[in-house]
Amino acid sequence: MTAVVGQGAAGSPAAPARTPQPRSRAGWAGRVNGLTLGVVTLWLSLIVLLPLAALTVASFGDGWSGFWAAVTAPVALAALWTTVLVSAVVAVVNVVVGTLIAWVLVRDEFPGKRFVDALIDLPFALPTIVASIVLLSLYGPNSPIGVELNATRWGLMVALAFVTLPFVVRSVQPVLIEVDRDVEQAAASLGAGNWTTFRRVVLPTLAPAIISGGGLAFARAIGEYGSVVLIGGNIPRETQVASQYIQQQIEIDRPVNAAAVSVALLVISFVTLLVLRWIAARGQEREERAA
Amino acid sequence: MKPSRRVVLSAVAASLALAMTGCAGGGSSDVAGGTTSAGAGGVTLNLYAYAVPKVGFDQIIPAFNATEAGSGVQFQQSYGASGDQSRKVEAGAEADVVNFSVTPDITRLVKAGLVAEDWASGEHKGIPFGSVVTIVVRKGNPKGIKDWDDLLKPGVEVVTPNPFSSGSAKWNLLAPYATYSKGGTNQQAGLDYIDKLVTDHIKVQPKSGREASETFLQGTGDVLLSYENEALFLEGQGEDVEHVTPPSTFKIENPVAVLKGSENLAKAQAFVDYLYTPEAQKLWAEAGFRPVDATVAAEFADKFPEPTKLWTIDDVGGWPAVDESLFAKDTGTIAVIYDKATA
Repeated sequence: MTAVVGQGAAGSPAAPARTPQPRSRAGWAGRVNGLTLGVVTLWLSLIVLLPLAALTVASFGDGWSGFWAAVTAPVALAALWTTVLVSAVVAVVNVVVGTLIAWVLVRDEFPGKRFVDALIDLPFALPTIVASIVLLSLYGPNSPIGVELNATRWGLMVALAFVTLPFVVRSVQPVLIEVDRDVEQAAASLGAGNWTTFRRVVLPTLAPAIISGGGLAFARAIGEYGSVVLIGGNIPRETQVASQYIQQQIEIDRPVNAAAVSVALLVISFVTLLVLRWIAARGQEREERAA
Repeated sequence: MKPSRRVVLSAVAASLALAMTGCAGGGSSDVAGGTTSAGAGGVTLNLYAYAVPKVGFDQIIPAFNATEAGSGVQFQQSYGASGDQSRKVEAGAEADVVNFSVTPDITRLVKAGLVAEDWASGEHKGIPFGSVVTIVVRKGNPKGIKDWDDLLKPGVEVVTPNPFSSGSAKWNLLAPYATYSKGGTNQQAGLDYIDKLVTDHIKVQPKSGREASETFLQGTGDVLLSYENEALFLEGQGEDVEHVTPPSTFKIENPVAVLKGSENLAKAQAFVDYLYTPEAQKLWAEAGFRPVDATVAAEFADKFPEPTKLWTIDDVGGWPAVDESLFAKDTGTIAVIYDKATA
């Protein structure tokens, strides 16, 4: 019984087609599967679902009207809007530049390539507050290069672009390495130009990786706090992002407002990831049908 | 069943082992920390304070350690927005001594049963030091700010922290309120000023006095409202700012109290008592805080010029009344103005 439930829930499409195994072996494998499934469920519940449920309950501490008032307060809406807008721009920039970087790293040979490759992960490995200090010393007041982005939305974008750089690069890179270059050569021999080859042959293969990388970058940017805390300026209605608003509400003893905006943020992230997964899955289906 | 039970058991054993090594690690480092630094006394006091007096405690604590009573006493210090710190202690953060910007933040702990009712019964009513509200401007005072009226000039942006988390913010708003309302006798005039100031001239809401200073130093705003001690500190750091104390301003009184449930009550009380000694009062004065000891105050009279009119919290009705009528969440008049302007 556990075996069936385990495999079904794991979503392995091959499971129902598999021929029945001798009972003893299937039973053993099944129990382990049941155990792993149990551990996964327990872990997800403890680490992810339970806190999220607690947060949601907290956000309705003053009832539905309290929740709605907290989320639609003008400054809260402004913070959510700033967050989504800036994150979306950063995600799009990442999709273009990240794909380009991945392309260069896979297809081109140049001195120092390995160094550049290692550099990509640096923003990821760095504590985000360090990123904020780095950016503040470059773009803050008395900027050594004369560019002051401190307390502007440009400052936010630079900070978020900095910390989300690796997402698209690292998801596109492995796919690009695996791409069969014969197909491109075939396309070229059939008279397709570089752009057409890229658009009709390469891009469809890369699309799921680009979309998932972009989605992760967006989700990360939406929740980012450390890297924007110094450079962002935290000006309500201008550069205050949702995470800063949440922090502020906690500090002024309005935990319900903080929880409500957190839930709004959560819903935005979740829906974004879900939609992007759906788009990627549909793209892949089309690919498979075409092939 | 057997294999899975074995798996479960080993998993449990592994996690237990992990937990134990974790504890052991933490424990050993605690002990190491204790022995190297505690010396003879081995007492650690947790100090929860508002954001700006760190510069004072940095001088006071070593001096206290040099006294007989303070020998070997270690300090765990936590600084932050006054209201936020007070709520943390109320919520169970372990503290032995608290120092907040405003008295209501101590009153909260009295109500919670954490601080004795008679904490303010001493000679100085629980206030070892204070300051006055002052106006900090950019070097050379480019906007020509001299008095409260000047803050309402078009285009002047004022930085002052959020009164829902910061004690400094309350003092900063009380100063013009007392000035324009003539000590609360013409409340409407005071509130009109606050309304104009908050609605048209305040853009950012830093959480504490310290964060407001940082925001100002990073280039936001033309004016910073702050403690005189913070202004003196910033100038002492060589920042490009100067301060103008308006002729009519407000006396800031920063209370200190001992938590009655403290494990080291005697040491905590000794520390608080030490703050009132002439020696400590001098250190506070040197760090820019106005001392409460009359002799020391006379000695530093040049450093702390007396404003023409210095309003006190008693002039406007005392803290319980002021906090209730002006700053109470959702009902206080200033709280409502601030919420309306910033929501």
